Amino acid sequence: MTPTPQTATPPTSTAAAQRPSTPAVEVHDFTVAYHTKPVLWDVDFALPEGKLVAIIGPNGAGKSTMLKAILGLVPVSAGWVEIFGKPAREQRSIIGYVPQRESVDWDFPTNALDVVLMGLYGRVGWIRRPGRHEREKAMAALAHVGMADYARRQISQLSGGQQQRVFLARALAQEARLYFMDEPFAGVDATTERAIAGLLRELRERGRTVIAVHHDLQTVPQYFDWVVMLNLRLVAAGPVEKVFTADNLHATYGGRLQVLTQAAESLLKKGGPTG
Amino acid sequence: MWSFLTDNPNLWYVMGGCAILGVASGALGCFAVLRRQSLLGDALAHAALPGICLAFLLTGSKSPGVMLVGALASSLLGALFILGIVRGTRLKEDSAIGIVLSVFFGGGIVLLTAIQHRPTAAQAGLDKFLFGYAASLVPRDLEVLGMLTLAVLAVLALFYKEFKLLAFDREFGAAMGFPMRTLEVLLTALVVVAVVIGLQTVGVVLMAAMLITPAVAARQWTHSLGLMVTLAALIGAGCGVTGAVLSGAGRNIPTGPVIVLAVTLVMLFSIAMAPRRGLVWSWVRLWRHRKKVRLENLLADFYRLGEPQQDWKRARTLPALAIVRGQPPARVARTVAQLERSGLLASENGQWRLTDTGLEQARRILRNHRLWEMFLSRRLELAADHIHRDAEEMEHALSPAIVAELERLLGQPAMDPHHKPIPVVNPKSEASNPQSS
Repeated sequence: MTPTPQTATPPTSTAAAQRPSTPAVEVHDFTVAYHTKPVLWDVDFALPEGKLVAIIGPNGAGKSTMLKAILGLVPVSAGWVEIFGKPAREQRSIIGYVPQRESVDWDFPTNALDVVLMGLYGRVGWIRRPGRHEREKAMAALAHVGMADYARRQISQLSGGQQQRVFLARALAQEARLYFMDEPFAGVDATTERAIAGLLRELRERGRTVIAVHHDLQTVPQYFDWVVMLNLRLVAAGPVEKVFTADNLHATYGGRLQVLTQAAESLLKKGGPTG
Repeated sequence: MWSFLTDNPNLWYVMGGCAILGVASGALGCFAVLRRQSLLGDALAHAALPGICLAFLLTGSKSPGVMLVGALASSLLGALFILGIVRGTRLKEDSAIGIVLSVFFGGGIVLLTAIQHRPTAAQAGLDKFLFGYAASLVPRDLEVLGMLTLAVLAVLALFYKEFKLLAFDREFGAAMGFPMRTLEVLLTALVVVAVVIGLQTVGVVLMAAMLITPAVAARQWTHSLGLMVTLAALIGAGCGVTGAVLSGAGRNIPTGPVIVLAVTLVMLFSIAMAPRRGLVWSWVRLWRHRKKVRLENLLADFYRLGEPQQDWKRARTLPALAIVRGQPPARVARTVAQLERSGLLASENGQWRLTDTGLEQARRILRNHRLWEMFLSRRLELAADHIHRDAEEMEHALSPAIVAELERLLGQPAMDPHHKPIPVVNPKSEASNPQSS
């Protein structure tokens, strides 16, 4: 399938409606606030299926929040999101998730295989325990990221890159159609970085969609097809070759959104967005 | 001396009650500790006090059933307050726990004081819930507590997988569609029940120790959550029985505090002695590393002494080595003796020289040192006078894999930044070191 090229300006909802196939993710007029602090403001975009998408932006731009809001992990003040045309909560079984590595306690008493098995808990369902079939799947996922030899290793004894690969294996075990990854390349060694980049390409070849928060601007064109540029507001969303431009980067990382930010804060202090 | 066990049938009930309490709080405590909510149990225990007093005021009864229901209700209310405060305000969990603990406990103490000043005679004995009074356990209590414990363990076993997910990676669970908030409320309710089970025996003030300490002790011995939960339950039960027996053997020794002391001893032992995680283990590791550094440094000295004349195997006297190393001769003599036993040095007319293996080792150490100096000066662009001390540490720590990576990065340099030649080693000897030989 060939998605309609996106322009550098925030896409309108009619642009999304005109596309022949359902977008993998469609975010409409999204606003998220933590207490009175605005984190995301009026964000619209639609992402086609089968692409590797980077979400980029400066620290505090709301990149991780964007992912979590799409997944329904943080409350949304306004707007809606659809995954393949349906609310996210109806699409749990086709979504895979790789949280930030630092978000968990790696001294937790468990081994690598056990962590990967957690990716299959959703399939196993309530109360039932994962069995041999699930173990085999989890082992296959570990082998896929080159971690089969570490299956029984206590997770605190793994290096940062190995821990990241265990998280990726857990997401692979979910056998999802759409993957969300929060900074998969953060703080990993060269081997792991190559492994993750290879894995992303492979997922694309299999028609999967990956949406990843990414912090390294230099590798965006190398690893990703599409880019979503955020700084509280959407700066641009579209194919890398179209929107990953000096102007957009300046708009994303420069100080030009200062006035907007202040306006948003003052409005939220008066009670937050309505609707 | 064990006659007190048969003289006093009541002691068996006390032992049973203490064992039951240990199992419930040990198992649930693991989840509280792993979720970094160690103090939650403390707040929940203190929050039970006003419920106990109100239950008595409303019914005039001190039957175990009434007391338990009162404790459960007010402790659960405290738990919901904590969850609600965290969710609905900007206060963090530690503040919420502190607030609930002090407000509920303060209210409980006020009620308790009011009850004790009432003229009727029925009020006596409620204060046993402060520090526990295990000797008051009767068969009926044991039945109720046993049932509650079985119920708690059954729910824990049923939702073990989901609770594990909640404790390790809550967000991931939520992304898969598990109702993590409901699971959290359920787990907290189980902790409340475990706390209430221990109130009569250990009391509200010390109850937190029964949740935290067995879990911390068990964590030291295993890397598996299932084993940790089992072990914590066993430690809790064992210490419960020990405390009951000890206080039964002596006069006027309170059971609850003795149980808490017993479990604390187990925890201290575990923190010190457990393999890999224990303090003693890490001291041994440090001591071994220091010994390795001492041996390797002297080998490197032999090499450096031989460098000007390219005569690596010349015999050296103890005083000469002592001067180079800057240590008393007696100390150097001990190191030399250890190296001789390892076959790295050979004695020759009261002097010492490197053996073939000793020379290979010395070359490897110097190579590590000078490669690291090259890395610091070429790759990290540090000045030549900044790099020696760092290399002194790293020469003992570099693994063959890191050395190979350094060689790849630096392209097999022949000289270090101080223009000293970097020794070439026979690849076969790289893996060995004085410690292992």
